[in-house]
Amino acid sequence: MRLVVHEMALSASLLRVIEDSAAREGFRAVRTVWLEIGALAAVEPEALRFGFEVLSRGTVADGATLRIVDVGASAWCEACARTVTVSARFDACPLCGTDALRPTGGREIRVRELEVT
Amino acid sequence: MCSVCGCGEGEVRIEGDTAHGRGDGHGGAAPHAHTHHHPSIRHDGLHHWGEGPAGAHAPGLEQTRMVRIEQDILAENAAHASANRRYLEHRGLLALNVVSSPGSGKTTLLARTITDLSRTSDGDGLRFAVIEGDQQTTHDAERIRATGAAAIQINTGKGCHLDAHMVGHALESLAPADGDVVLIENVGNLVCPAAFDLGEAHKVVVLSVTEGDDKPLKYPDMFHVSDLMLLAKTDLLPYVDFDVERCLANARRVNPRIKMLAVSAKTGEGLPGWYAWLRATRAQVLAGREPTPAPAERS
Repeated sequence: MRLVVHEMALSASLLRVIEDSAAREGFRAVRTVWLEIGALAAVEPEALRFGFEVLSRGTVADGATLRIVDVGASAWCEACARTVTVSARFDACPLCGTDALRPTGGREIRVRELEVT
Repeated sequence: MCSVCGCGEGEVRIEGDTAHGRGDGHGGAAPHAHTHHHPSIRHDGLHHWGEGPAGAHAPGLEQTRMVRIEQDILAENAAHASANRRYLEHRGLLALNVVSSPGSGKTTLLARTITDLSRTSDGDGLRFAVIEGDQQTTHDAERIRATGAAAIQINTGKGCHLDAHMVGHALESLAPADGDVVLIENVGNLVCPAAFDLGEAHKVVVLSVTEGDDKPLKYPDMFHVSDLMLLAKTDLLPYVDFDVERCLANARRVNPRIKMLAVSAKTGEGLPGWYAWLRATRAQVLAGREPTPAPAERS
């Protein structure tokens, strides 16, 4: 239930971004929304879809398809002195096995593009 | 529907809002009453766009086009958090966002901290201003006020976390004096509050020994974004199967830089270390304060 509430908040913010864009760009309806979600963003995609579907009714995004693009996470490995790709917060370095990685990307929840009419 | 937190309008209540007076209805509505967060665009748009939903058009008969957005949907919260941070830094206010699961003993620990550090005779004579977040009730704010500190209760209704917008308005009402310590006790929840920056200097995660030493791995986001872990209720360690070293090792896996202090608000064990951290952190905030205070930038 908590997760659903959290994703509901994110859905509301997503809708707000779309409506601001509609006001700027003057489109009438949204067909498709491409949303990038980082591997470390702590978002449950199905809960987000549900929230978006409920909140978008009667808005410019009513009936729009939500396409979620998974974005990998990156982290800095001190031992290797390079950026590596990880899939979870506490992954070890895929190159040297060190635990102490510093995540540098993967928390984003970004609206990339809209297909509109 | 609040576009920031997603909670139902009118469900967020701020109790103890002395700036607006209690019970006049304004205090409760304040976080959502400002038109800049509920632009008429939405309602105008609804009127305009509602007459032609996408599904009603025959496919292929109208051109679609792509609109590039590239916008993070937490950007609005981030903007409010930045405004809060500027306000706090200009006034030399140390703000801590205290997060934990429900029942970890946050309020007890904070009440004891305030009592010990606000004494003028043998304490530090510090002043505290407290923002309490819970879904319902004003119990926690009442417990804090019993210590003599100013406190405001935010009830999030169905919301699972505080957001920067609510905290900004609570700060306005609380009006802390320059140099005060602002303690923000977030809604008991180890998940969502991790994603919402409130403008605080540090997140402090409280984990009680009755919860299990694997919590940092189960809820890695919260431990990743926190700078300090307070291991609470250490007086219960003899009765529970909790390995302090393993807990620290787990926390370090998700956040190599996290500090841990083991404390008991009941016996007082470990509290001097926590108080030392708080004093040192406050000294940093005061040292970094700009000489000319700028006005709060909040519209």
